[in-house]
Amino acid sequence: MQFGGRKKKISTIPQSELYGQHLQFYGQPPLENISLSEFETFAAERLKLLKTVENLGVSHVKLTDPYRRKLESQLKALNFPYRPDADDKKSQSGPIEYEKRRKDHISHFILRLAYCQTEDLRRWFIQQEVDLFRFHFTELVPKQQLAFLHKNNLHYDTISSEEKTALKDQLINSSFGVSGIKVMEHEFYKVPFQDALDLVRLRKVYLKQGYAYIPHQDIVTIVLNDFRTRLSKALALTARSLPAVHSDERLQPLLNHLSHAYVGQDYSIQKNVGKISLDQIDSLSGKSFPLCMRQLHQSLRENHHLRHGGRMQYGLFLKGIGLSLEQALQFWKMEFIRGKVDADKFDKAYAYSIRHMFGKEGKRTDYTPYSCMKVILSNPPSQGDHHGCPFRHSDPELLKQKLQVYKVSPSGINQILELVKGMHYQLACQKYFELTHNIEDSSFSLNHPNQYFLESQKLLGGGKDIKREMDAPQRSQENSASKGSTGTQEVAANTSQHLAEMTEDLESFFQEA
Amino acid sequence: MPSSDYDPASLPDLLPLYYRRLFPFSQYYRWLSYGGVQKNYFQNREFSFTLKDDIYVRYQSFSMQNELEKEMQKMNPYKIDVGAVYSHRPSQHNTVKSGTFQALEKELVFDIDMTDYDDVRSCCSAADICSKCWTLMTIAIRILDRALQDDFGFQHRLWVYSGRRGVHCWVCDEAARKLSVAARSAVTEYLSLVKGGDETIKKVVLTEPIHPFISKSLEVVKEYFSRYALHDQDLMGSKESVEKVLALVPEDARSYLQQEFEKEKKPEKRWKLIKEEALRKQSTAKKGQYFENEIMLQYCYPRLDANVSKGVNHLLKSPFSVHPKTGRISVPIDVSELDKFDPFSVPTISLICEELDRPRPGEEKEKLEDAKEKADEKDAIEKRKSRDYKRTSLAKYIKYFDQFLDGMARSWKGERLRNSDLQKEF
Repeated sequence: MQFGGRKKKISTIPQSELYGQHLQFYGQPPLENISLSEFETFAAERLKLLKTVENLGVSHVKLTDPYRRKLESQLKALNFPYRPDADDKKSQSGPIEYEKRRKDHISHFILRLAYCQTEDLRRWFIQQEVDLFRFHFTELVPKQQLAFLHKNNLHYDTISSEEKTALKDQLINSSFGVSGIKVMEHEFYKVPFQDALDLVRLRKVYLKQGYAYIPHQDIVTIVLNDFRTRLSKALALTARSLPAVHSDERLQPLLNHLSHAYVGQDYSIQKNVGKISLDQIDSLSGKSFPLCMRQLHQSLRENHHLRHGGRMQYGLFLKGIGLSLEQALQFWKMEFIRGKVDADKFDKAYAYSIRHMFGKEGKRTDYTPYSCMKVILSNPPSQGDHHGCPFRHSDPELLKQKLQVYKVSPSGINQILELVKGMHYQLACQKYFELTHNIEDSSFSLNHPNQYFLESQKLLGGGKDIKREMDAPQRSQENSASKGSTGTQEVAANTSQHLAEMTEDLESFFQEA
Repeated sequence: MPSSDYDPASLPDLLPLYYRRLFPFSQYYRWLSYGGVQKNYFQNREFSFTLKDDIYVRYQSFSMQNELEKEMQKMNPYKIDVGAVYSHRPSQHNTVKSGTFQALEKELVFDIDMTDYDDVRSCCSAADICSKCWTLMTIAIRILDRALQDDFGFQHRLWVYSGRRGVHCWVCDEAARKLSVAARSAVTEYLSLVKGGDETIKKVVLTEPIHPFISKSLEVVKEYFSRYALHDQDLMGSKESVEKVLALVPEDARSYLQQEFEKEKKPEKRWKLIKEEALRKQSTAKKGQYFENEIMLQYCYPRLDANVSKGVNHLLKSPFSVHPKTGRISVPIDVSELDKFDPFSVPTISLICEELDRPRPGEEKEKLEDAKEKADEKDAIEKRKSRDYKRTSLAKYIKYFDQFLDGMARSWKGERLRNSDLQKEF
């Protein structure tokens, strides 16, 4: 991809051919110029889409009607391509549809840059993209699926009727749900067995001389595996060329932000400053804090100290729930003094950093509280640390004990551990929310510790005030999104600026206590 | 019997003789070079040796046949294992940047061990084998060889007697050697029907539809079942054995059969009752109706060691290696004469060493011919060596190995031509 300032010949493939169908394998990278704001917007919106895919994937059985409806509405909302109604042929071509497909194409490749860097990121990205592809592919009718495969040079050979007749009994007995009629009416594909391993492994396919004979209904599995393999290889390659990309100063902060980003409310706007008093914190920590913050608070109380990672994660969270700078200074000082730190040392070494958190020092940027994604993915805790996400970073046995101490029921603990085993850390936390608040179904999708706090307060009768305040910032973001790219650009630019600076500055500035 | 002459203590004396005059180095090298189609294929192959006093050395590699010969003649390994072809010479793996030394290719291999059948054979257990339970190996080879050829399209399959209680299969096709770990694992799962450990009573469960692979495997089992299971293993004879079999039958059928078995004592008739009961179930029940087939498979179907097959870098005992405990040579098995194969007539190292020293009829004539061909010294040594093993019981096995290599050589030639065309070599 080239960016403004460098002249490069724009691809001369005509529009209609470039994006002939609404889904694609992303084999070819985009070859055009794009503005930075479009770069950011496209990426942020695709990230939102993939997060929706992730959430739907764990809260619904994939490909059921509710799943499809919700995913389709999100695709519409974010202006990504989706299968139109059959009779709506007009919308399949033309500039509007073209724009959507172009966005789909470009945004995918941008996210590759951000998500190729670590094993965790890659796994997440591949999982969501495969699920999204599965959704799109299964929305097509078989004829369209075949057309798609051919267009992408996947000439899985079909077998002739003669061969079908000869192999009829074997074919019937090899695949589930294939009757004699189906054999003759539907297509069967002949594929080298190495390309159909999932079917071979379970002996769900007929094998002859090294070829698997796959009924059309099973071809989805094959295509998905193909998609997954290609994407995996592509990400590995992308990672190798990353240093070149990172050398572009405009891109590096953006890409970092994307891979750590929480797309949505960032709780930096505080409407309820000063509404919390310090003596409420202890009881709040048991009632409304997510497990990570409860843990940090407890460690702070017990050890009268927290290391840097913990101070950042907890300190910013407290700012997010409404602590003012003065309150924060008082809070930390009171606790640290109980430990090995005297008042003078506190003022010298720690006060500065707290003021920095509130944007009163140095570059004066107002740092935003960490999202779940950031807590889970970056800066894992080591010996002596108490930060991080307990569902991700604690040994399951210890997590179990902790939950028992916090009086979570045994069946609840098991449910949580199951989610942890499936790497659904935020869902595990959400389950923790439900169990500690005694409700069946939390009506939100958890992705930020401060969100946990607000939802909890709402539930416990925190009242309309907090609810209104929570909605307002979110709506204002959505408004700017609909206003056009400039609005989103501003908001996105602010957040990206914040987070970029946060990651860059903090690391270099602070030292371990 | 020649085997009774073998004494493990004599290995240190026999091995040098074996490696100097009998081990088929040129055939071995011919095999592992695979026609020189791929550069450094032999050089990057890992071997491991087990030396005297159980000293184990890995990452052995050799640049040419005579280097391999010299090393083996120097070290006199008790056991030889063959591993993968790596990205670099295994002997230099420590000099390679960490992470870049990788196993690239290896034959697809299978290891069938008689001890895995201990729960279903009554004649022997553990390391013992006899002619009665050897049928299990015959069945295994028949079933797996057919599947590897017909289902997977593999043409070059070498079955080798392990030397004591099992068999190995080396699938040498190029496609097989290039298989990924995931592919090897998938092939192994496809071929596995007996699942479960000591705690699992019913190890084979069949559900509709019955895949053609299972039907074809059952056909093989049925060929041998009557003689092997009913007669040799006396499956339906002893009370203990019958109980174990009936444990695999659904409860309602079980009580009926137990009753009938009070009256009917003949094994064949008892099995017939089981078959009839199964048939009856098939027309009425929705599940549990294949128990007759399930029993046959549990008692006879091949049991694979999955770990051996899945890894690209897994080391497996080499053909023509000696088994230190039995002295038997790991010889290739002629699949066309499978039913005639007798593990107890496989030559031991002591036997063939003894045969070396025995004068043979016609030897005088050979000595004259040797004197005539003094021209090429090296050639003469080779010729003498080839006459050496030809005087022993090892001859027919090496001949079979030669035929196996000839079969593969045809494909190598094609490959070499293709490659030289691509590189425009003339």
